[in-house]
Amino acid sequence: MAGIVSFGTYIPFHRISRKTIGQTLGTGGGKGERSVAAYDEDTVTMAVEAARDCLRGRDASEIRALYFGTTEPPYFEKLNSATIHAALDLPAGVRCLDLTCSLRAGLGGLIGAYEAAVASGTGQALATMSDIRIGAPEGAAELAGGDAAAAFLLGNSGVIAEIEATYSETLEFLSTWRLAGERFSKAWEERFVLTQGWGPLLANAAKGLLSRAGVAPGDLAAVVVDAPSPRASAAFIAQAKLAPEQVADARLDVIGHTGTAHAGLLLAAALEKAKPGDRILVLSVSDGVDAVLLRATDAIASYRPERTVDQWLASKRADLSYARYLKWRGILQTEPPRRPDPERPAGPPSLRSHRWKYAFVSTQCEACGTFQLPPQTVCVQCGASHKMKEVAFADRKAVIKTFAVDRLAFTLQPPMVVAVIDYEGGGRVQSELTDVEPEKVKIGDPLEMTFRRLFTAGGIHNYFWKARPAR
Amino acid sequence: MASNGIRDRVAIVGMGCTAFGEHWNRSLDDLLVEAAEAAFASAGVDRDRVDAYWLGTMGNLSGLTLSEPLKIQYKPVTHVENFCATGSEALRNACYAVACGAYDCVMAIGVEKLKDSGFSGLVVTPPPSDGTQPAMTAPAQFSFLAPAYFAKYGLDAATGKEVLSRIAYKNHANGAKNPKAQFRREVPLEQIRSSPLVADPLGIMDCSGVSDGSAAAIVVRAEDAYKYTDKPIFIKALSFIAGPAAGPLSQDYDFTTFPEVVASARDAYEQAGVKNPAEEISMAEVHDCFTPTELVLYEDLGFSERGGAWRDVLNGAFDLDGRLPVNPDGGLKSFGHPIGASGLRMMYEMWLQLRGEAGPRQIKNPKLGLTHNLGGAPGRCVSFVSVVGR
Repeated sequence: MAGIVSFGTYIPFHRISRKTIGQTLGTGGGKGERSVAAYDEDTVTMAVEAARDCLRGRDASEIRALYFGTTEPPYFEKLNSATIHAALDLPAGVRCLDLTCSLRAGLGGLIGAYEAAVASGTGQALATMSDIRIGAPEGAAELAGGDAAAAFLLGNSGVIAEIEATYSETLEFLSTWRLAGERFSKAWEERFVLTQGWGPLLANAAKGLLSRAGVAPGDLAAVVVDAPSPRASAAFIAQAKLAPEQVADARLDVIGHTGTAHAGLLLAAALEKAKPGDRILVLSVSDGVDAVLLRATDAIASYRPERTVDQWLASKRADLSYARYLKWRGILQTEPPRRPDPERPAGPPSLRSHRWKYAFVSTQCEACGTFQLPPQTVCVQCGASHKMKEVAFADRKAVIKTFAVDRLAFTLQPPMVVAVIDYEGGGRVQSELTDVEPEKVKIGDPLEMTFRRLFTAGGIHNYFWKARPAR
Repeated sequence: MASNGIRDRVAIVGMGCTAFGEHWNRSLDDLLVEAAEAAFASAGVDRDRVDAYWLGTMGNLSGLTLSEPLKIQYKPVTHVENFCATGSEALRNACYAVACGAYDCVMAIGVEKLKDSGFSGLVVTPPPSDGTQPAMTAPAQFSFLAPAYFAKYGLDAATGKEVLSRIAYKNHANGAKNPKAQFRREVPLEQIRSSPLVADPLGIMDCSGVSDGSAAAIVVRAEDAYKYTDKPIFIKALSFIAGPAAGPLSQDYDFTTFPEVVASARDAYEQAGVKNPAEEISMAEVHDCFTPTELVLYEDLGFSERGGAWRDVLNGAFDLDGRLPVNPDGGLKSFGHPIGASGLRMMYEMWLQLRGEAGPRQIKNPKLGLTHNLGGAPGRCVSFVSVVGR
């Protein structure tokens, strides 16, 4: 029996209300809010956050493959999933692949990871899906989109949701597209897309998958319909005669459609509520359709995710201004500070220290036990030389010892807050804080680590860790 | 550890110092030539009487930076660099060179040209790295001291801000009396308190001046001093400490002290035979790069009890007419901080004060003066302390 062994999700801290967008542009805006990846997040960092929750406390040595599905890869040449692989400190022998150019890269990646796990015999595979949805100002896509990530560990034992069947269909037609190098997608007129594409594709997938598995629509405890347009989902739900309690809330009002992450995010929310024996159907439509039928196992009764989708939704700051949002996405060019640009990170030092830079692994002196960050050779406490062992700090909790609110340093979210933070059990580091309200920071505040993109300089994304108030 | 010192074996017999400030129409070379020629004249020597040179400056690569503009005739010029304590490091090495007898007459000179960069604040180009160091500015690094000190000694935010503002106020009041200072006017307390924030609670008026400038000293062995001047000043102690940079690593460090300063002060006082610095030191120039630095230095240098400096500040203990005047020339705050020149600028004030040439800022009958120069950041720094006297 193969299927999902564990999962993790991630919704960024910031939200922008659609009313705020509408007020700035003098358009309607609409109701609710969308989630917004912070200035120091990208699809890679969000995928790392989701995957950390997915893997926390688990042995990762059986992972054979890692897939990363997004429509906004930070690099177009250079394996983005290699960064995720490094941040998760996975063993070297993992095949990593980036899946992109379509919203199908999310659920499609989950199916791919399932197949990789099955093919490996006893191994596991990690599917990550993460997206930042950007649309042109005054357009529907900007309002409708949202930013989030999800991750699923697929394996052959310890399964909480067995994959009973999958279904895929591909159709070449113009619905949504974006040329290489362009910022915003374009869309064909919706009636064509709905009646000739998404509508029939969803119907085909549901019918094909259920008949393949010999399951009736009434047997489904939950149906996740991930469609780029709420009209497509609504039409499908009406046509399939699903009961309202069967249909998973798409959460478009509170986060928006989160691209490749959306099917996974909604599946995770459905799994959080699932009881043993529950069947869940997941449909994801765009340039074709992918569908998965799952059945929750007895193991789901005792499964507790690190954080639930509802926890992420409740942990937020919703006062982001539209101007700041546009600045974060690089749509609004602003005056830089009269300070030099940051230096790009260099290749050789980054490789030398890559377990520190990417996985936040540092050292502990074996002679006196003192934890030290960054990695040291000679112990600061007892002076022992070459007696260090490596220790992972990414999941350790910390508190603020002292802090600085730096109003001169370059950041897209001024002021930069940097704190001296002390880890529970030992170890100290100076770390930039993120998802923080500067006026509320105080000594003793509890913090946790988060993987971020500090800045981009000289054409290189500089990834490292920051601390944030515990979410 | 033996730190034997060179008490009373070396003397300064001439000094020069340019005005510090925004020298838009003067180059690094111009500043070096002015400070060097002023020091030559002060000691009554010409260039060719000087046997060797120590040049302190940030990133200017070699001794040619000095020998080229001055047209030094085939003599040793050593380029030294030690963060913001670079000027003091030049002086220290120059002193050792004459003390050991290798040379008879040497120059220590420091210079910086900061205002040509086009950026605000200090600009340092770091070596290639893995990009994991927080990109903090200098005021933010030193602002770590403020919340830590306030919390440890129970100061509320308003009192803390008042103490810091009072330090800036004093240094500006002193600088107003100094024709060479970058900022030569008193600044009302209210203006300091309400200056725009740069690194909370530090406002722009809690920061030292970014400036251009140069200062130089002529150093000889003590027995030769009176051949050059009837009022030499004598080196009583020189201490330079580089710490293990334990602060960012160790939970033991609490950001209310500079262990490097404590170590260099202890070393210097031992060399000079100073038992009670609060009473024996007549005046001090300390590294007030930012106001909380000066606050913590009072305690690290033994001018105040631990946790008591903030009260001494409010009581005026370190004012020009206080029990121990600190930064009588205006300090980094008001005189300005051209990195490589600052350590020698501090010594220039000792030179003037000990010779009774400090004009309206003259301290009555000073006996021992102290200069303190620091480079780096709290928990990770180098520290220099000298004691000088007549």
